[in-house]
Amino acid sequence: MLNISGLSEGYVLDHIRAGECMEIYTWLGLDKLDTEVALIKNVKSKKMGKKDIIKIEGDHSLNFDMLGVMDPNITIDVIKEGKIVEKRKPSMPEFVEGIIKCKNPRCITTIEQGLTHRFRLTNPEKGTYRCVYCEQSFKKR
Amino acid sequence: MLRHVISPQDLTVKELEDLINLAKDMYSHPSNYSEKCKGKKIATLFYEPSTRTRLSFEAAMLNLGGSVLGFSSADSSSAAKGESVADTIRVISSYADIAAMRHPKEGAPQVAAMHSSIPVINAGDGGHNHPTQTLTDLFTISQLKGRLNNLTIGCCGDLKFGRTVHSLITAMSRYAGVRFVLISPDELRIPNYLRTEILDAKGIEYKEVNKLEEVLPTLDILYMTRVQRERFFNEEDYIRLKDSFILDKDKMSLASPDMLVMHPLPRVNEISVEVDEDPRAVYFKQAELGVYIRMALIYTLLKEAGKIEG
Repeated sequence: MLNISGLSEGYVLDHIRAGECMEIYTWLGLDKLDTEVALIKNVKSKKMGKKDIIKIEGDHSLNFDMLGVMDPNITIDVIKEGKIVEKRKPSMPEFVEGIIKCKNPRCITTIEQGLTHRFRLTNPEKGTYRCVYCEQSFKKR
Repeated sequence: MLRHVISPQDLTVKELEDLINLAKDMYSHPSNYSEKCKGKKIATLFYEPSTRTRLSFEAAMLNLGGSVLGFSSADSSSAAKGESVADTIRVISSYADIAAMRHPKEGAPQVAAMHSSIPVINAGDGGHNHPTQTLTDLFTISQLKGRLNNLTIGCCGDLKFGRTVHSLITAMSRYAGVRFVLISPDELRIPNYLRTEILDAKGIEYKEVNKLEEVLPTLDILYMTRVQRERFFNEEDYIRLKDSFILDKDKMSLASPDMLVMHPLPRVNEISVEVDEDPRAVYFKQAELGVYIRMALIYTLLKEAGKIEG
């Protein structure tokens, strides 16, 4: 079994749907960090069957808002002195700007220069985000 | 206050009622309004061709004593040079008092509204929204049926891609006692989101059928749309199905004596020309009434923007 050391300080992003950790790594801009980041794929899970986990070392001011857009079921564990001091679920922001892109080929965002991709949370229960211009829903994988 | 109309949902039921009442008064007493917008200009920014909608907006403003400027295709505008919608509307805001925009890209009028200092009316953005068509439909129903509630509305043809039907269902779902009969080939049924987010969510009675004949006697309104050849997977299916969705004199004999036949136009072959003589065929009347509801909308938006006095 793969052995990855524990964190003394940092974050563990748990319950990521299997296969999505790379996407989250990119979205959160973790490639820009110079501390240790571990991506663990296909971990056995009683609840999910398989899941992904990301471990991030260090006390970074990361914006986890986008996790709520991607998957509000992800858990964020905050680690201090080797212990989980806080467990939280990502919030779903009312608006998301410049993070996700509208994939509707007929949307004005495909041709209008300098237009920021902007989404609004239209159904908090289902976590549906719609493009503020063409109203196409953002499709998670 | 600067107000734009981008989606049919931008107007509350009360605002719709006010607009319809105003349009009725404008229709009955046009001379009372013939100088209400004197000295004001509407810019018709049409990035793709349109006959009825553009001329209807222009006629509406002329009827109010205002004047018109604009373009009728992207080729004859700076869009051909690559100018953005945002830049265009910023400039037009200093030339006109109100703008009506049609654009092939969905959401373009929303972008215009975000950068405009004059009211923007969406005159159709791709397959997305066409709020003044919905207003026209509601005004026609109200004017000719005398009510917007307790109606059985049949929608026939391409219900999958037809934005006018989607907007009509959404708008009419706000009135009590409205039932829908959705008549289309299986391939062209309404999108699932309309079924779950509007019809099921609001507990509205509806049924989906393949044959027009069997439901015609039950309808108060029949809203026809085009069934386009290119929407079918193969030519065989198109030929097999197209006749089921063509309204002719024989089918009209099955309908009730006060059923209305509506169509957003242009009509191609889905309503046989022999039906035009039937007093229940109101699609040309509908186009005429579209001018009056646009007059009411232009007048109301200019008044709210403080550009004219009430």
